[in-house]
Amino acid sequence: MKVVVDLNRCQAYAQCVYAAPDHFALEGAEVLVYDPAPGDAARAEIERAVQACPVRAITAFPDAAPGAA
Amino acid sequence: MSVAAGSPPRRIVVVGASLCGLSAAQALREEGFSGEIVLVGDEPERPYDRPPLSKQVLRGRCGPDTTLPCRPDLDLRFRLGTAAAGLDPRARRVVLADGGTIAYDRVLIATGTRARPWPGDPGSGPLHTLRTRRDAERLGARLADRPRRVVVVGGGFIGCEAAASIRAMGLDVTQVVRETVPLVQALGDAVGAMVAEVARGAGVDLLTDRGIDGIEAAGGETAVVRLDEGRRIETGCVLVALGAVRNVEWLAGAGLAVSDAGVRVDAECRALTPDGRVVPDVFAAGDVAQWPSAVYGGARLAVEHWGNAVAQGRVAARNMAAAGGPLARHDHLPDFWSHLYGLTVKLVGVPDGADRFAVVQGTLRERRFVGIYGAGERTVAAVSVDSARWLPAYRAAIAEGAPFPPFTGALDQPGFAPHPLATA
Amino acid sequence: MSPTLFAQVLDPAHRADPYPLYEALRRSPVSRQDDGTWVVSSHAAIARLLHDPRISSEDLPDPPLFRWTGHPIQDLLVRPIRSRIVARHRPFIFRDPPDHDLLRRHVMREFSPGRVRRMRRETEAITGALLDRLEGRAAFDLVEDVSYPLPVTVICDLLGVPREDEPRFQGWATQLATALEPNQRTDAANAARNEAAFTAISDYLRGLIRERRASPRDDMLSGLAAGRDGERMNDYDLVATAVLLLVAGHETTVNLITNGILTLLRFPEHAERLRREPEIAPRLIEELLRYEPPVHYRTRLALADIGLGDATIPEGAPVVLLLAAGNRDPARFRDPDRFDPDREDNRHLGFGGGLHYCVGAPLARIEAEVALTAIVRRLPRLRLLDDPPPYRPGASLRGPRRLRLAVEAPVGAAR
Repeated sequence: MKVVVDLNRCQAYAQCVYAAPDHFALEGAEVLVYDPAPGDAARAEIERAVQACPVRAITAFPDAAPGAA
Repeated sequence: MSVAAGSPPRRIVVVGASLCGLSAAQALREEGFSGEIVLVGDEPERPYDRPPLSKQVLRGRCGPDTTLPCRPDLDLRFRLGTAAAGLDPRARRVVLADGGTIAYDRVLIATGTRARPWPGDPGSGPLHTLRTRRDAERLGARLADRPRRVVVVGGGFIGCEAAASIRAMGLDVTQVVRETVPLVQALGDAVGAMVAEVARGAGVDLLTDRGIDGIEAAGGETAVVRLDEGRRIETGCVLVALGAVRNVEWLAGAGLAVSDAGVRVDAECRALTPDGRVVPDVFAAGDVAQWPSAVYGGARLAVEHWGNAVAQGRVAARNMAAAGGPLARHDHLPDFWSHLYGLTVKLVGVPDGADRFAVVQGTLRERRFVGIYGAGERTVAAVSVDSARWLPAYRAAIAEGAPFPPFTGALDQPGFAPHPLATA
Repeated sequence: MSPTLFAQVLDPAHRADPYPLYEALRRSPVSRQDDGTWVVSSHAAIARLLHDPRISSEDLPDPPLFRWTGHPIQDLLVRPIRSRIVARHRPFIFRDPPDHDLLRRHVMREFSPGRVRRMRRETEAITGALLDRLEGRAAFDLVEDVSYPLPVTVICDLLGVPREDEPRFQGWATQLATALEPNQRTDAANAARNEAAFTAISDYLRGLIRERRASPRDDMLSGLAAGRDGERMNDYDLVATAVLLLVAGHETTVNLITNGILTLLRFPEHAERLRREPEIAPRLIEELLRYEPPVHYRTRLALADIGLGDATIPEGAPVVLLLAAGNRDPARFRDPDRFDPDREDNRHLGFGGGLHYCVGAPLARIEAEVALTAIVRRLPRLRLLDDPPPYRPGASLRGPRRLRLAVEAPVGAAR
């Protein structure tokens, strides 16, 4: 999968960290670090993170099909 | 009010396959554009995200694959690894570096910027820049060898973020900054001084008010950095972080108003001629575009911000997809963030021209505060350090042209005590 | 007309469907009520005030310093001192920065992602056991049998409060939740009941904290009592925080689960979809938090004159942020009265926002997801016996008091 977080919007509510702790983490009070390319097995957790974000800052989609134009 | 003219476009070409270009492409589909979308990019990769490159990627917290997520049904055509070499608005075509051409009905210029290199840097050896994924991979590989000392040249955001990341890897870092404190141009002296204190506290050898007389290759991966005061620093890795240059050279001869400050556009993201007329069907957005800001009384802004790349790309897309009807205006209030030594710094607004600064919530000492920038009677920008949840109130006030300070009587307020602001 | 609208919201007669009142309130989204309270009901204005530093959460009235009961030592010494302590060490939802931030930080350290993640499996086990008990029943009350015991058991386990003590603090929790209702705060008799409940629950928790300090376990109370990195909250704040977590665990998620099943049974196509596609649970729950949030409003205090559009909330005015009205604002949500789990960009206010965003949100999401998916799976043919059901008295913590359901197909085996 591919993930990006709009960190202008992010206010460190940390809901993604609870939803998918292996793929999102807070360092310090507000520094959100995340895995931009988690494996497909993380799909359910990433979806929980996307939905739980109070400011809807997370975008995630499956990988583009290889060889797609 | 501006109105789009002509028949609906069939092929839209986006020059620049990065965040801005991809945002525009997604917005085109959301607007219902069903024609062909071609993204031209000089790098071989699909659009990827750059901010992590100087942070978690550099530190090895995640891999270098920061490819941006993309709806699977966008149906985009990519021409990657091929730079654009020219634009012919009369013939409506983009000329590629490999000699090919692509005809368009509408074109978006989103070629962004590139890292400003050290004069004479061949792009190999001990000198590095940090802008592209390839830069990050080369620098990461070098850092994995754990060079004895890394010298970071420059006190802007990339320099400061990279110094923080490299220091966090346990490497010795010297950061050479020409100004009195880092980030002084972006954030002013008070916040810059706090960042300097944090950097030194983290063990960075931060040299301010220093110029560099030269960087000498000393064989292989080693170099000697000569400071203007005579000191010589032997190093296994130099990161040159002296800002960015806009990628506008390929537009020479196209008849557009282009300068070092970018491609001039109107509020609707349409490219202009030097005498201010709209160039039909040519739009520009992102780092490369210079637009008149309604929030700042029509002042021309050109920013290198993630949020503007997304927002302006989307406005441009809306207007490119339009076949008649009113056009959207880009009335974005600039904003950006940075992660430095475990702190989150966020800025809304444009502090250029500000002459006063005041901490209005929290304190600099605790490194948890909101500060505001005043120009004349107006609040023009606000900065937060680990206080992001308050920033929306200041954003709204700035967008409405609030006075300085925008309000008083707030909680956790140490008392309003503005200081003169220095940005150099 | 607007002066009486919020009074009508508080009137239990409108508990089952306050949404038409909210719509009427939104016509002037920042409006003064007869008693001087300002009610804010549009999404934009609420969202703005949630981030506005001129809005204080320290809006609880001081407890009465003196009340004659005929015991001079109690009336002149013990009570006044205790009142002062209580006033100074409120739970952090009634505190402003910097105190609020510090207290909340202590809680967040113990409410760690790892600990919350472990609660998912435990929540599944508790839910399974509760549903097992329904086997063979032709009808049941969802509140009594599932929605109430589930979050209570979870919060007990998380905090380290023995489940078997639950009957003792159930009444205290319900009483203390009235602190969120503005009309209850000004009532002297209710204030006295609150004080008594707070004293009782504090004494209970103080005893427990003492035990956990002597022999720590792997629970939040032990962690909070011990502190971390040499930092620890003082005992007054610790007790107030423990009270808050326990009460919030009792009085909020119960509504989310009950409202959830009520909504799914009113729109059975969504229950059916959740049964077939449990992976939609996260977005369905966010939509539920928008459509029928467990907390309808929070109160605040204006620290300065605040201009919002044409209105100016004056300094010192009590402010009601009507979150549930913002959630139905057509300026923010297309077709807002439709329950639509496929809604994009669902920036609801179900957990509030800004500094005081609900601490327990991750836990509430887990509990709702686990409970709703398990119920629709194991009880695929439920029927509402009362619609609308009878409601609990609270207008802020709004939810059915009972939700009687008929089981039209047997309860399947666990899992």
